Amino acid sequence: MITLENGPAKLAKRAQNSGVLGDKVFRGTAFFFAAMVLAVLFGIMLLLLKEAWPTFAHFGFGFFYHSEWDVVNEKFGALVPIVGTLVTSLVAIVIGVPVSFGIAIFITLMAPNWMKRPVGIAIELLAAVPSIIYGMWGLFYFAPWFANTMQPLMTDTLGNVPLIGPFFQGPPIGVSIFTAGVVLAIMIIPFIASVMRDMFEVVPTELKESAYAMGSTTWEVVWKVILPYTKAGVIGGIMLGLGRALGETMAVAFVVGNSLELNTGLFYPGATIASTMANEFNEASGLHMSSLIALALILFIITFIVLSIAKWFLLRLEKVQEGSKT
Amino acid sequence: MSKYQIRKIINYFNLVAALFVTALGLFMLAWILSVLFSKGFQYINWAVFTQMTPPPGASGGLLNAIFGTLVITFFAVLIGTPVGIMAGTYLSEFGGNSRFSSTVRFVNDVLLSAPSIVVGVFVYTLIVEPQGHFSGWAGAIALAILVIPVVVRTTEDMLKLVPVQLREAAAALGAPRYTVTLSIVYKAALSGMITGVLLATARIMGETAPLLFTALNNQFWSSNMNQPIANMPVVIYQYALSPYEDWQNLAWAAALLITLSVLAMNILARYTLKGNGAR
Repeated sequence: MITLENGPAKLAKRAQNSGVLGDKVFRGTAFFFAAMVLAVLFGIMLLLLKEAWPTFAHFGFGFFYHSEWDVVNEKFGALVPIVGTLVTSLVAIVIGVPVSFGIAIFITLMAPNWMKRPVGIAIELLAAVPSIIYGMWGLFYFAPWFANTMQPLMTDTLGNVPLIGPFFQGPPIGVSIFTAGVVLAIMIIPFIASVMRDMFEVVPTELKESAYAMGSTTWEVVWKVILPYTKAGVIGGIMLGLGRALGETMAVAFVVGNSLELNTGLFYPGATIASTMANEFNEASGLHMSSLIALALILFIITFIVLSIAKWFLLRLEKVQEGSKT
Repeated sequence: MSKYQIRKIINYFNLVAALFVTALGLFMLAWILSVLFSKGFQYINWAVFTQMTPPPGASGGLLNAIFGTLVITFFAVLIGTPVGIMAGTYLSEFGGNSRFSSTVRFVNDVLLSAPSIVVGVFVYTLIVEPQGHFSGWAGAIALAILVIPVVVRTTEDMLKLVPVQLREAAAALGAPRYTVTLSIVYKAALSGMITGVLLATARIMGETAPLLFTALNNQFWSSNMNQPIANMPVVIYQYALSPYEDWQNLAWAAALLITLSVLAMNILARYTLKGNGAR
């Protein structure tokens, strides 16, 4: 019973008692779930390693550099999917970075205010479209168009350039390593553009205005002031896009052609780690299954490294900015 | 030509290029959406929502797949959200910049962009293989693992926007810390946290890769989460690549439905956040 005299003290005490226990429980629960995030990472690593072990034990280090992938004779080498993964992502970066850069410049420096938000949202919606939709569109619309128009054009021009010529050869069927790279580029543009945009927006106005005052053109401000200032963040954003491209599955499975043969031409069908898994996993067993899980582990480790580099660059930038604020 | 003119030309050229690539990006979105509408819209009819997925050569609908996607998504969000909110709360309210929370933050950001197919394989080895059969639960758990990082990130960001003074004011009135968090901080950050959950839902609704190895597919009506269950993304995958025209048409209808739902949810999420004025 709370009376007027001892009320507040009693209430405070009660609050304190229930508070101590409640706080402990609440904090403990929160800690438990935070630890669970770490557990998921270690769980993935350990379980995949355990399941992939038969493959590593059987093929040893050769698993990484053998190009055979023979399901019937149970001979597995990861070279073709690993190379395919890296090359498609590289194509995606080469195409996606300049485009993202242009979009970020347009939104931060060129667009009138009323346009910034809608254009920004529309570009970000590209990231929301499910991967499988890119796959269907890529296979039934983009690939045929590309094979009929862009590919002959590129083979006729770039294909004759010494050194890089052989890369731009291949049958005009549309599904290829290069097509997969282009579709991946469209998918990662929103991620890279949005990081670049956020970075460009925090460049101090004084810096930009001083450069303008010295007679710089807009492009010179971008190239010589904004870009050096945001270098770390821009690299972080590119790495983030690369990480996304490496692990993208469904879109690539539709347009890459799913051929486990090694070709130099970018217009030949190929395969990536993720597309191989999507195609073969449900029919696999034994050593085949183990090899696919080994592929998954390799993919996870590659993306982990790339994303860690991305995070490192972005964190560094955050620290620099915090330092300059105080 | 003077040096100044050359600089001006370079400037114009690059700015026009920036304008061009932005238009290109918008054009791609328009192209994809127009393909979806022109191919999918004509096949959306009453049967799509009332009939089951058909055998090849017959007509049918997507009822079991729509139901399956809703159920799997619902459970994935139900499992993933509390985990994500509590972990995000720890990072914002208790962890500070300790080594543990920095590690969690780092790992969470990596998981945020980790390949979803690897998560599918992980859940396959964790649940499907020991159980010996594909199941809706495995699918929900795989998607829940994708929900967690999104919710952790947005929860932490949103809680950090709540002014410290608000927490201090509540604490000064004698409220224990959990009361401060639960009834003051959460309330202030509510719309931001809802945004996070909506974004996570939008992200997993169209996810195909993890479901291939977990929920698989089911041609018939099933509400048993212990068994393979039909879902939109896997139906799209199987039907789009099939040689049967009926199936392909259904795949386009399903593709349009799932894309519209995902985009609508995304826009809704942004609207929620804007209403809060947090950004």
